[in-house]
Amino acid sequence: MADIAFLLLIFFLVTTTIETDKGLDRKLPQEDNQTSIVVNERNVFRISLNKYDQLLVEEKIMSTNQLKDQVIAFLDNGGEVGTDGTYCDYCKGSRNPELSDNPKEAIIVLNSDRNASYGMYVKIQDQLAAAYNTLRNREAQRLYGQDFDQMEDRYYAPESNASEKSILKERVETIRSLFPMNISEAELNVQSQNQNL
Amino acid sequence: MSAFNGRNRSEPAISTASLPDIVFMLLFFFMTVTTISNNELLVENELPMATTVNTLDKKDRLIEIYVGMPKQELAKTLGNAPRIQLNDQIAQITDIGPFVLQELSKKPESIRNFVTVALKVDKNVKVGMVADIKKELQEVHVYKVNYTTHQGESGNQKF
Repeated sequence: MADIAFLLLIFFLVTTTIETDKGLDRKLPQEDNQTSIVVNERNVFRISLNKYDQLLVEEKIMSTNQLKDQVIAFLDNGGEVGTDGTYCDYCKGSRNPELSDNPKEAIIVLNSDRNASYGMYVKIQDQLAAAYNTLRNREAQRLYGQDFDQMEDRYYAPESNASEKSILKERVETIRSLFPMNISEAELNVQSQNQNL
Repeated sequence: MSAFNGRNRSEPAISTASLPDIVFMLLFFFMTVTTISNNELLVENELPMATTVNTLDKKDRLIEIYVGMPKQELAKTLGNAPRIQLNDQIAQITDIGPFVLQELSKKPESIRNFVTVALKVDKNVKVGMVADIKKELQEVHVYKVNYTTHQGESGNQKF
């Protein structure tokens, strides 16, 4: 008995490669979707990665550790004054005129050199996602008293029932619409638009 | 001598009665954590680290693409430049489109819309290569990708 078990054990020990089943899910842009939009320069956050794995963020050299805070400051700025004279009501940023109008219009543009390393690229993607997650969690806590990633986990969990899912679906979509993830890797044509227009 | 004999007599042998239990326990552990990979890796595949990860879909909804430097023992025939592995073969970048479509047609119709391409790319590969792969995927209208990573802080490492 024990011999057979040993044999099987050794077999599994040898064949085991504990594979990772984690990763960053992304959706590639549709190729034919080449509509041009007018984007205000202040709503664009530029990140460039050069072939030496150095990072240029909004014309400043930066390390990846600082990136998350910079992105949060950019997204959460809420500098736009609406038609009724109010600011984006859930933004807690500094209303800096250099940074974004509101999170819904903010676009992050990531340009990477072909010779940059993939490890660094993933690290940047991870930092960007972390920034969005922080903000989404904050809003989810404020509106529903629950973290956004927890809500998402529950929503995708197979054991949640239909009624729970429909509530969660609405909430997840609300939060996502508050901070939509607009990351572009394409060349962006920013037309210089007058602030007063 | 008698002192030794006396001690030997009083010492019981270790019972091996629970040995099968322990072995079985280990066996079950390894059986549950094992995911038998159906293809042998021909390329180095040291994945990057990330913290904000999603758990991948079920295995039947995945199409895997491995990219990395050829393993050392294969470096003679395959060279030192990063190569793409599809299933158990080294492939060219232009093979990706047909390969993905072929894999897709093998899946049942009901899950075809949920299929994700898992990019298992070594962290030392250049971004340009990954960009080319993404372009190939866009051409065959497969948009869901997953940059497969290990979970964890990358800490003070370069990545």
